[in-house]
Amino acid sequence: MADLSIDFCGIKSPNPFWLASAPPTDKAYNVIRAFEAGWGGVVWKTLGEDPPAVNVSSRYSALHGKNRDVIGFNNIELITDRSLEINLREIAAVKKAWPDRAMVVSMMLPCEEAPWRELLPLVEATGADGIELNFGCPHGMPERGMGAAVGQQPDLIERVTRWCKTYTRLPVIVKLTPNITDVRAPARAALAGGADAVSLINTINSITHLDLDRMVAYPIVGGASTHGGYCGAAVKPIALNMVAEIARDPATSGLPISGIGGIGNWRDAAEFIALGAGSVQVCTAAMLHGFRIVEEMKDGLSRWMDSKGYENIAAFSRKAVPNTTDWKYLDMNYQVIASIDQDKCIACGRCYVACEDTSHQAIAKLITAGPRGEGRRYEVKPADCVGCNLCEITCPVEDCITMVPQASVQPYVNWTQDPRNPRAQVVAALE
Amino acid sequence: MIETLLHLPLAEGTHSALSDCFADLAPPLTMRQAAIESARCLYCYDAPCTRACPTGIDVASFIRNIHDGNVDGAAITILKQNIFGGACARVCPTEILCEDACVRNHDIEAQPVKIGLLQRHAIDHAQFDAHPFQRAAGTGKTVAVVGAGPAGLSCAHRLAMLGHDVVVFEARDKAGGLNEYGIAKYKLPGDFAQREVEFLLSIGGIEIQYGRTLGVDLQLAELHARYDAVFLGIGLAASRQLGLTGEDAPGLLAAVDYIATLRQAGDLAALPVPRRAIVIGAGNTAIDMAVQLKRLGAEEVTMVYRRGFESMSATGHEIEIAKTHFVRIRTWAAPLEVLLDDGGRVRGMRFEETCLQDGRLIATGSFIEIAADAVFKAIGQGMGLGALVDPLAQELARNGDKIMVDAHLRTALPGVYAGGDCIAPGQDLTVQAVQHGKLAALAIHNDIQSNAEAAWPT
Repeated sequence: MADLSIDFCGIKSPNPFWLASAPPTDKAYNVIRAFEAGWGGVVWKTLGEDPPAVNVSSRYSALHGKNRDVIGFNNIELITDRSLEINLREIAAVKKAWPDRAMVVSMMLPCEEAPWRELLPLVEATGADGIELNFGCPHGMPERGMGAAVGQQPDLIERVTRWCKTYTRLPVIVKLTPNITDVRAPARAALAGGADAVSLINTINSITHLDLDRMVAYPIVGGASTHGGYCGAAVKPIALNMVAEIARDPATSGLPISGIGGIGNWRDAAEFIALGAGSVQVCTAAMLHGFRIVEEMKDGLSRWMDSKGYENIAAFSRKAVPNTTDWKYLDMNYQVIASIDQDKCIACGRCYVACEDTSHQAIAKLITAGPRGEGRRYEVKPADCVGCNLCEITCPVEDCITMVPQASVQPYVNWTQDPRNPRAQVVAALE
Repeated sequence: MIETLLHLPLAEGTHSALSDCFADLAPPLTMRQAAIESARCLYCYDAPCTRACPTGIDVASFIRNIHDGNVDGAAITILKQNIFGGACARVCPTEILCEDACVRNHDIEAQPVKIGLLQRHAIDHAQFDAHPFQRAAGTGKTVAVVGAGPAGLSCAHRLAMLGHDVVVFEARDKAGGLNEYGIAKYKLPGDFAQREVEFLLSIGGIEIQYGRTLGVDLQLAELHARYDAVFLGIGLAASRQLGLTGEDAPGLLAAVDYIATLRQAGDLAALPVPRRAIVIGAGNTAIDMAVQLKRLGAEEVTMVYRRGFESMSATGHEIEIAKTHFVRIRTWAAPLEVLLDDGGRVRGMRFEETCLQDGRLIATGSFIEIAADAVFKAIGQGMGLGALVDPLAQELARNGDKIMVDAHLRTALPGVYAGGDCIAPGQDLTVQAVQHGKLAALAIHNDIQSNAEAAWPT
């Protein structure tokens, strides 16, 4: 069996699955249940200064799919609404009872040195394994100058991170907000401040949907709403890209990353790890299904690693990073062409209308005669197919449409070298 | 007609208890089930379900509307192609039409979207403040429609929409045709058929005259002269005969007559019900008859068919219904003799066994007898009195019993159109009749318009 254990910037954990700082890690009761279920670690819900935050009702909303499957999830809940004293006491007790699990404490304080200097030793005294700086919360807290308000200003990230490295010996993980234009800037700032790792993404500013009768967005508080933070499966593509951006940035390529954002199964976790994550954090999937999901996540990841011959997490960590590059380095001579497996095709016509209406008119609709009346047959017109993948994406049958790489006689040529690029020489000179 | 059964015992139980036996065969979808089922639709392009629907309902579109919470929009999508969308959702053999064509039947899934039940969901839950279709400006033309069944009323509704006035002549006391008189009670329970007719008529411009029978007190020549066009939707009113002696004996009856009585019965407990019965035939009517007898308390019901299962015109779905009601199905036996008791009443039937030889059905020379208190004929319908005795209707070109029409439902007589079961080729399907009526209305409209143009002085 593959070894799932990790050592993430000095924080040891029996598996890479941590619960992210959020409602599931709000108090000892939940965290103990999580450890009993098999989670490798938790990031305790964000501590702040006393008096604790006060929350509103209601707090969550969701983007549902066709069968009420939750595609995206949105929340307007603040940091812990329990006192510092209770949280610290519970953290210490749980860590003592579960010494092999990772206990990371999320923190959010004003951008002043004093509160950090006072609080960090108290957190360290609990026996926790590390701290995570919540520079990402996008709702409520930024209005008070914290959370994403810090994460959006690299100089503040660097300054606060440095204070933390000054006042605690614990590893410092800086949690980044995706509500920025280029995630590499805050990541570089965290590194400059001495961060041991970054974690990302925090949630994305969002409004999921409206009550069109009352003309108000969800979640509704009284007669009004406010934007929340978006998470769940819908944000995974955004998170994966940001993780990859940091992993392949030469300035931060050595910085450990804890991947967060829409991880709901072992495959999601493997993708984050392959793109640069050393641990993964989960919240929404657990909130929708309970802590038990870690069982299938561990089992699935372990079996997949066995099937691939990966003995431990490090064996495939960052393996997809070198294959993630800038557009301009893609091979202009590479060509795929759609191929429809007629035995699997159910003739729903989706590929045809998608290509005909919105792409390259590269699928032909043929009328066939059969014993039970006329039918339809859809065939790719190879000469017109640009290999966009749209038909393969809209096809409802797995592996019915495949994109087949064409044997190329042309050598690799990227856009910087391509004679069709009017600026190729300029670009090449700049490289 | 049902008088020939009056010597039989009456159904056991109270009317209300018996009525419970005729509840919906297929219960409607709940809101949640409709949401789940509509989500299964792949929204096919040039969808095979739509191509399989005789009325061409845009199935993918109405299901998407259901899923998006636009039930009224879904109902309109259905009704604009098929004004009898509610009845068809219940009686269509979807297993050989839209649901048979559904791409989700494909081997790897083998589970079509429940299109019929979704159609019913849309129609049942639509809420219209008024009739959802507007009439075009009045054309000043009036069209006569003979027969207030699905074909005739579909034609009348479409003509009304196009701005024409319509007078419908109906031989019976109620409109609806087979929906009212001929469909198994558990398929169209309660007063659904009448409510659907009321809905259809609420477009306005349609008058129905009841108790008017072609060839009896109604002459095609007169209609032809008086109206701008005539549509014949007269169905097949006559039940085919076995051609055996004893065919008029007490205890022998056409299945359609019993079904009509059953559907109109104010008191089911007053219906005569044989203890043992034979139903001759293998179509959906035979199955409706056999199953309803079982529901009324008959102990033994045997369907007898002269060929094998594979030749039955009843669909597999219908045959399953018969089996789950413990109807016995005897194949390869041809009716030979009605057996009568000393009082001259039916006591059973004698059949000769059959087989196929070189593709031809032959008698084997071995015989069987089945005891029964009643025998019901469900061996098909033929042209009724109307078209056979009306002098002008007799002139219409025929293929066997059935009136011949062109692709636009025109008969050989200019200005006279026909559709539904009375024409060749009819499929004996409600949905087909509805389509005939609709197409005939469009043809009548076009023909009237072009005649008017031709008459315009230049």
